[in-house]
Amino acid sequence: MMDAAQNLLGPLWPVVWTMVKIVAIVLPLMGAVAYLTLAERKVIGFMQVRLGPNRVGYGGLLQPVADGLKLLMKEIIIPTAANRTLFLLGPVLAIAPAFAAWAVVPFDLTLVLADIDAGLLYILAMTSVGVYGVIIAGWASNSKYAFLGSLRSAAQIVSYEIAMGFALVGVLMSANSLNLGKIVLAQSGGFWQWYWLPLFPLFIVYFISAVAETNRAPFDVAEGESEIVAGFHVEYSGMAFAVFFLAEYANMILVAMLAALMFLGGWLSPVPFLPDSILWLLFKVAALLFFFLWFRATFPRYRYDQIMRLGWKVFIPVTLVWILFVGGMMQTRWAYLFH
Amino acid sequence: MIFQDYVFYALAAILLFAGLRVITARNPVHAALFLVLAFFTAAGIWLLLEAEFLAIALVLVYVGAVMVLFLFVVMMLDINLDKLREGFWNALPIALPIGLLMAAEMVMILGSKHFSPDMMSTPTPRPAGYSNTAELGRQLYTDYLLPFELASVVLLVAIVAAIALTLRERKDSKFIDPAEQVKVKRADRIRIVSMPSEKEIIPVTAEAVEEKKK
Repeated sequence: MMDAAQNLLGPLWPVVWTMVKIVAIVLPLMGAVAYLTLAERKVIGFMQVRLGPNRVGYGGLLQPVADGLKLLMKEIIIPTAANRTLFLLGPVLAIAPAFAAWAVVPFDLTLVLADIDAGLLYILAMTSVGVYGVIIAGWASNSKYAFLGSLRSAAQIVSYEIAMGFALVGVLMSANSLNLGKIVLAQSGGFWQWYWLPLFPLFIVYFISAVAETNRAPFDVAEGESEIVAGFHVEYSGMAFAVFFLAEYANMILVAMLAALMFLGGWLSPVPFLPDSILWLLFKVAALLFFFLWFRATFPRYRYDQIMRLGWKVFIPVTLVWILFVGGMMQTRWAYLFH
Repeated sequence: MIFQDYVFYALAAILLFAGLRVITARNPVHAALFLVLAFFTAAGIWLLLEAEFLAIALVLVYVGAVMVLFLFVVMMLDINLDKLREGFWNALPIALPIGLLMAAEMVMILGSKHFSPDMMSTPTPRPAGYSNTAELGRQLYTDYLLPFELASVVLLVAIVAAIALTLRERKDSKFIDPAEQVKVKRADRIRIVSMPSEKEIIPVTAEAVEEKKK
C-alpha cells in the first residue's frame, strides 16, 4: 500500500509522508495534554482530600472533552487597546516551539521523526524560543498585569536556561554525542548505568530548572494569581487562552521526556531480564510528570528575588563545579564511571 | 536541487523583507520582532549551507537570549517616536553620502569580482553521517585554540566592565538579601526570657461571690 501511495504522489511523497509522521506524533501528544490536565486535577484533588472532577463520564474521564468543548464555544475577546496582530500571534508562538521540539525526540531505537546530530541543541533552541509567546502576549495585551507577568517570565526563562544548558553539557560530555538516540544508547546496561547516578547534581538541577522553564508552581510568578491575577494571559479568553494552556502542558511533557531520555535511560529497561520498550519511556515520563503535579500541590510560590538567587547563585555554580569534576574524573582511571 | 533553490529564494525574500522592516517599522517593538524573524530566516539559510551547528546556535543565542533581553528593554522604554525623527532632514546631507559610500564598499567586496560562481567552486555535499558540530569543536580546540581563548578573555573583560559600570548600591534601597534570610538562626529572632511564674489565682466560684456579699 505504501508503494502504491509512493507511485501515486511521486516527488510529493516525502512531504506527505513527513506530514503523516508529524500528525502521528502531535495527535497522541494532544491527547496526553488533555488527560494530563485531568490527571493534575485528580491528583491534586486526592492530595487535598477531595475527589476532583467526577461528573462527566465514568469517574470524570470525559472531563477534558467537556473542557475543550467549553473553551471552543467561548468568544475570543480582543481588548480595544491591544495590538491585534501580536495579540493573536502570541498563543501561536507559544505553542509552535512546544510542538516543534518533538521532531527530534526518539521514542524508540528507530521511532524518531528527524534523527539529527545536533538534536539536543535543537531542543534547547526550541524551548528558549517558547518565551516569545509569553512576552508578545504580555506586551500586546496592553495591560499592566499582563506586562508584569511577561517580564517576570522572560527574566526567569533566560536565567534558568543557562543552568539547564550547563546541566546538558554534562550529559553530552558523558555520552560524547548531541544526538538524543545516541545519548540513550550510551546509557545501556541497566538501572545503575543511567546518567542520573554519575550526574546526580545535574539531574536535580535540570529537573528543577525544567519546572522553572515551564512556569510551573512553585516557579509560576509569571501567572501569580494572587499578585498579578493571571499574568501574561489575563486578557485571553476561549481558544486563545486554551492554546497557552496546551503549550504549557506540552512543554511539561517535553521536559519530562527529555529528563527521561538523558538521565533515566529513555526506552531502556532497568533490569536485564525485561526487554527495552517504548512503554518504559512512557512510564518514566509519567512518573516525572507526577512530580510536577506533586510540587504544585506541595510548595508555596517562590518570591521573585528568591527565584533569581536560586538560578544564578545556586544552580549555575553547582553545574559548573560538577562539569569540572566530571571532566577531571574522565582523565583518571575512574573515567568508566562517567561514560 | 530545485527544491533547495526554492527554499533558498523563499527564505532570502523573507530575510530581505524582515531586514527592511527592522529599519522602517514605526514601532520599536515591531522592529525588534522583525529582527527576530531575520535571525530565524538567516538560520534557515545556514541550514541549507549544511552549517547546522551555527544555525541552531544562532537561534539559541540570538533569538533565545539576546533578543529576549533586547525586547525586554525596548518594551520598557517610553520612546518618543516624533523626537527620534526630528533631525531626519538635517542629517540627510551627511548621512546619505556616508550610506552610499558604505553600500559601494560592500558591493566592491561582495561583488561578482570575488564572489561569482566562477571564483568559488561548488562545495561537495557532505555524507549524511558527517557531524558538523564535532568537526567545529575539534577545529576550535586545536587549530584555533589561541584565538578562541583570546576571544573568551575579551568577552570576560566586557562582562566584568559592564557589571562594574552599572553596579552601585542605593542607600535607600529596601532590598532584602535572601542569603541572609536563609542563614537566620532561631537565636537571632527570638529571646527566651526566664521569669518567675505568676501568683496562683483562686478561681471565682458562685460560693465565693456569695461569701463576699455577706
